[in-house]
Amino acid sequence: MSGGWEAVIGLEVHAQLATQSKIFSGASTAYGAEPNTQACLIDLGYPGVLPVLNKEVVRMACKFGLAVNATVAPRSVFARKNYFYPDLPKGYQISQFELPIVEHGELLISDADGKDKRIGITRAHLEEDAGKSVHEGFDRYSGIDLNRAGTPLLEIVSEPDLRSAKEAVAYMRKIHTIVRYLGISDGNMQEGSFRCDANVSVRPRGQQELGTRAELKNLNSFRFVEKAINFEIERQIELLEDGGEVVQETRLYDSDKDETRPMRSKEEANDYRYFPDPDLLPVEIDAAYIEAVRETLPELPDAKRQRFVEEYAIRPEDADILTVNRALADYFEAVVAATQGKAQGVANFVIGDLLGALKRDGLDIEQSPVTAGDLAGLLDRIKDNTISGKIAKEVFDAMWAGEGTADDVIESRGLKQITDSSAIEAVVDKVIAANPSQVADYQSGKAKLIGYFVGQVMKETGGKANPGQVNAILKDKLAR
Amino acid sequence: MPQELHLQSLTELAAGLERGEFSSLELTEALLTRIESFDPSLNALITVTADAALAAATRADARRASGDAGALNGVPIVHKDIFCTRGVLTTCGSRMLENFVSPYDATVVERLDAAGAIVLGKTNMDEFAMGSSNETSYFGPVRNPWNVECSPGGSSGGSAAAVAARLAPAATGTDTGGSIRQPAALTGTVGLKPTYGRVSRYGMIAFASSLDQAGVITRSAVDAALLLGVMAGFDERDSTSIERPVPDYLAGITGSLDGLKVGIVRQHFDAGLDERCALAIREALAVLEDQGAKLIEVDLPNIDLSVPTYYVVAPAECSSNLSRFDGVRFGHRADDPEDLMDLYCRSRGEGFGAEVKRRIMTGTYVLSAGYYDAYYLQAQKVRQLIAEDFTKAFADVDVIAGPTSPTPAFRLGDKTDDPITMYLNDIYTIGANLAGLPGLSTPCGFVDGLPVGLHLVGPHFGEETLLRCAHQYQQQTDWHVACPETYR
Repeated sequence: MSGGWEAVIGLEVHAQLATQSKIFSGASTAYGAEPNTQACLIDLGYPGVLPVLNKEVVRMACKFGLAVNATVAPRSVFARKNYFYPDLPKGYQISQFELPIVEHGELLISDADGKDKRIGITRAHLEEDAGKSVHEGFDRYSGIDLNRAGTPLLEIVSEPDLRSAKEAVAYMRKIHTIVRYLGISDGNMQEGSFRCDANVSVRPRGQQELGTRAELKNLNSFRFVEKAINFEIERQIELLEDGGEVVQETRLYDSDKDETRPMRSKEEANDYRYFPDPDLLPVEIDAAYIEAVRETLPELPDAKRQRFVEEYAIRPEDADILTVNRALADYFEAVVAATQGKAQGVANFVIGDLLGALKRDGLDIEQSPVTAGDLAGLLDRIKDNTISGKIAKEVFDAMWAGEGTADDVIESRGLKQITDSSAIEAVVDKVIAANPSQVADYQSGKAKLIGYFVGQVMKETGGKANPGQVNAILKDKLAR
Repeated sequence: MPQELHLQSLTELAAGLERGEFSSLELTEALLTRIESFDPSLNALITVTADAALAAATRADARRASGDAGALNGVPIVHKDIFCTRGVLTTCGSRMLENFVSPYDATVVERLDAAGAIVLGKTNMDEFAMGSSNETSYFGPVRNPWNVECSPGGSSGGSAAAVAARLAPAATGTDTGGSIRQPAALTGTVGLKPTYGRVSRYGMIAFASSLDQAGVITRSAVDAALLLGVMAGFDERDSTSIERPVPDYLAGITGSLDGLKVGIVRQHFDAGLDERCALAIREALAVLEDQGAKLIEVDLPNIDLSVPTYYVVAPAECSSNLSRFDGVRFGHRADDPEDLMDLYCRSRGEGFGAEVKRRIMTGTYVLSAGYYDAYYLQAQKVRQLIAEDFTKAFADVDVIAGPTSPTPAFRLGDKTDDPITMYLNDIYTIGANLAGLPGLSTPCGFVDGLPVGLHLVGPHFGEETLLRCAHQYQQQTDWHVACPETYR
C-alpha cells in the first residue's frame, strides 16, 4: 500500500445455518431443487400467513456466540426491514436490528508478522434470506425462484479492526473454520451459504477519524474478498491523492474485470423503516439454556491448535493447517493414535502427501480413499524399517488407487526394504569398484560425494535398501 | 309452534338440530333463500357459497344420523371476508384481492368447520378492515338493516348486518380498533372481541398485527360464548396466540352480578357522546346496579390519547403488512407494466382504495428515518401508559362499562369526507385493542329507531366476566332480541 495510508476494513459475513427447515416455516432448505418447489405459503408471503421461529436457529446462534466469547442476549427482537423487491415476498425481510442475539465477541487471527491479533465482533444476528431473480429465459420478464426465501442466515458483523485484505481474508477464514467446527453451517461458498460484504475506507496513517467507506457487496470467495478489497483500497487512495473524495456507496465487485463499481444509486436511497415484528415474540434465553448449549460445544480451533502443539509436539504452523478443518484434525489424531510413528511424521505425511492428493482429486477429507487406519499402517512400515520414506510415497499412491493396505502393496509390488548387511555390502562394493575417480575425490576431502554413492546404491537396489545402513556401510568402506 | 328458523338464536338452532326438529339442509336452504331475497338491498355478503353450504349441510345431517356431531354440527354461519377460506374467494373488501382464491383455511375457519358449522358465505367489510362505516369496501357499502340509509358501522359491517337481518345466526369478525364492537352496537347485535392472543390470527389477513383479534357477532351473550369456545385456543402457527386452557364459557355465564364491581370512566361521558345515547347507557348501568353490581368511578388518565396513538401504531404496521400486495405473486396486477417500478406503482395504485392508501402513507411516514422516534416510538410509550392505566383500574373493578360508540348509526356518506370525524367513532373501543383487553358490546336501547350499544371491557382473559355481565343484563332486558321489522 502507498506509504502514508492505512486501510480500515470491517466485514459482514453471512453464514447460512445448517437447519433442515427454514427459519420461519417448515419448508426444506436443501440446495438445488427445481425453482419454487421448496417454498410454502409462508415463504411466498401469502395473505394471512404468520412466521413461527425455528428453535434450532436460536441454538446455533447461541453456539456461535459462545464460540467467539460473546454475550448471548437474554432478550433479542426480530424486526422488519422494509423494502420492495420481487425476490422479497413480504415486502420486508425479518431480521434483527436494535437487539441482536449475539453481541461483543472476538477472535484471534495472525497478523502480517505472525503475531496474534484480536478482531472484535460487534454483533451476530439472525435473519431470513431472500429468494433470487432469474433473468434468463423469460423474454422481457424476470423469473423469481423463492426456494432460498426464508433460509436462515447468521450475519456476523466485525468491528473495523482489519487493516489489510490479507487480514480480512484471515478473519473470514477463521469465521469459516469456527462455523464448520460448530456444525452450524456447511460453509459452502459455491452454493452461497457463506459470503460477505466488506466495508472499506482509508485514512492517513496516524489519523484517528475514519475515512468515508464504501460497501463491497456479495463477495463469495476468499480470493474475491482479497482482490476486491485490494482494488478498493487502491482506488480510494488514488482518488484522495488526486484531491477527490470517497463517496459513501455500495459497490459491486466484478471478478471478470477485477474491479469494483457503484451499484445504481436508486437502490441507495432505501430507508428500511425497521420496527419490531409484531408477529414474533422476543427471543428469551436464560442462563440454564446457555449452559446447556455450552456443554455441547466442541473443542474449538484455537484450543485444538494449542493442544496439538503441546500434546503432539508438532510445529505450530503444521498445527494451524491441521486444525482448519475439524474432520482433518480428527483424521490426524486418529492416525497418531493408531501408529507407532511420531506425530510430526504423521503431520508431515498428512500435510504433504494426503492433502496434496485430496486437492489434486478435488476431494474432502471425509472422502479420502485412504482411511486414517490405513495411513497408520503405512507409517508403521516406515517406523519398523520395512520400507523407506521414499518408497512410502509409492505405496501411498497405490493405496490411493485402491490396491489395498500398505502391507498388501508392499507384498504385491515387492517393495520390502533390504536390511540384510551382507546384501547391502555387496552392492556397495560393486559401486565403489565402478567409480574409482569419485572414490579418489571423496578420499581427498570431497565429503559431499557421499550423496552420489548413496544414490548409486539406491539405484542398484531399486530404492529398497535401508538408507541408514547404506550410509553407514558406505562411510565405513570409503574410509579404508 | 316453533319459531321460524331464521329468528332462532345460534343456541336454539343447535338444540333444534340436536333434537331433530329440522335438518341442517332445511335450515341452510331457508337461510340461503333469505340471503337471496334480502342481500341485494343490504350488500352484507361479498360471496355466497350456496352449493358448498348445501353439500356441507347434507354431510352434517349424515354425521348427525351416525351420532358423530360436533358442537355446531349443521349450524350455518358467515365469515368476514378477511378470513382465508380454501377454494373460496377471499377479498378482504379490496380490488387488490378481487381475484384471490385462498389455497388454505384460516385456523378460525378450520376450527368452526371441525365443529360442524356450515359456511353460507363471506361478509362485506371495509377494505382491509380499515374503516368504521363499511364505505371503504371495493364492493360497495353495506346497509344497516335498521335503516338502509344508514351505515352498519365497520369494519365488520357485513357480519353485523347479516346477523341483525337474520340472514345468519352468527358471524365471525375481526377487531383492530372496534371493528366488531362498533358495528354490533350500530346494528343491535352482540359483538365480542377477545383478549389479544386468545384466538389464532393464522389465516386472518393482517391489518395491524399487534392489535388485530378475531371475534364473534351474535344475537346473545350465550351464542357468543358458544362460538368463542369453539374458536379460541392456542395455535402453534400463530406465535402471538397464548397457550392457556379455554374455559367453558357457557358454564360461567349464569352466575349472578351480586357484588360485581363495574368501573365507570369519566371521559366516556364527555362532550363527544350523544346525550340520548348517554341516557341509554346510564339506564343500562342502573339495570346492572339493580342486580347487585356496584358502580365505581375509575380513572384512565391517558385514555384521551388512545385515538392518536392508534393512528400511529396501526398505520405503521399496516404499511408493512400490506407490502406483500405487490402484483408479483397473487392479487391484482396492472396490465402490461413497463418495468418493475411501473408494476408496483400501478398494481398498488389500482388495487388499493383511498383509505388504505392514506394509512399506508401515514404508516410509512411515521416509521421513516428521522420521524420514527417522534411518532412510532412515542406512540408505543403512550400505548404502554394506556395499558398500565387499565391494569391499575382493574385492581379496583371487575369490568369497565360505558358507551360503545358516540352516536347511533350515521347516514351513509355523512362522514366519508372527514377521516378525523370517522376515526372518532372508535374513541371508546380503541383502548381495549391498545391494551390487548377483551371487549363486548350488547344492545341497550334505541335512539330514533337506531340501536345503542353498551360496551364492557375486562382484564386480560376476562371474557367470562364480560359474558356473564352481558348475559345477566340480557335476562333483564330485551334490546338484543329486537328485530328490524323488514326482517322478522
